Amino acid sequence: MSAIIAPSPVSLQILSRPELLASVRSVAMDLAHRCGLDDIGCCHFALAMDETLTNVIRHGYEGRDDGMIWIRLEPLEAGEGLRAVIEDRARTVDPALLQGRSLDDVRPGGLGMHLMRTLVDRYEHTPRDGGGMQVILEKRAAA
Amino acid sequence: MQSGPTLEIASERSGDAIVLTPKGDVDMAKSPLLRKAIGDAMKPAPARLVLDLSAVSYMDSSGLATLVEALQNSRKSNVTLALCALTPRVRSILEIARLNTVFSLFESREKALAS
Repeated sequence: MSAIIAPSPVSLQILSRPELLASVRSVAMDLAHRCGLDDIGCCHFALAMDETLTNVIRHGYEGRDDGMIWIRLEPLEAGEGLRAVIEDRARTVDPALLQGRSLDDVRPGGLGMHLMRTLVDRYEHTPRDGGGMQVILEKRAAA
Repeated sequence: MQSGPTLEIASERSGDAIVLTPKGDVDMAKSPLLRKAIGDAMKPAPARLVLDLSAVSYMDSSGLATLVEALQNSRKSNVTLALCALTPRVRSILEIARLNTVFSLFESREKALAS
């Protein structure tokens, strides 16, 4: 007989360096699997996180590699799925200004916002008290 | 997903085509390597450039942007660009971005070269 152990939350603190994104993806994929997402669902959750972190590095910290980013990954309270809470102390960006381009306009760039909003079930992007941004992503397992 | 520091990209000639086979994740850190490899492959303006994506298990928006840029450059240079052997993950990402209808996609390298 094997006991079912609920996945534990994971907290990460990283610098705003692109080369660290692969390690964060690996942790997110692993927890997403243990929270009941299928392989494509895990990939999509990790991609939504990745796009969020890329935005923080590129636009929030404007390419600086010494900015701090906090990531908390946790199982959803009800049902199968997980949540990511991503916080930074970068430049505050008006969420209304973060609009993706139309997909009918085929050109390089501008796909990140579309992916972030499409790939997860909940996406919230709000300024933090004291500076920076907080992004909450949630993805539920397919029924 | 591979999290190594580099993106290995094999390049080989097949008749009048060049086939590039990247191996690893294509993300913000590694998409510049793919962009450079595609640019180098297009300099001699081969009749056809095939990107074999069978060993790419993950691609973010910077990777998609690299592919779109490659498509635009290929049209300017009269090079036929084909993508082949996409993994289910990468195919799903292309579909969400609605780019699956923009590129010529093939199940296998052989079919891409024969098209």
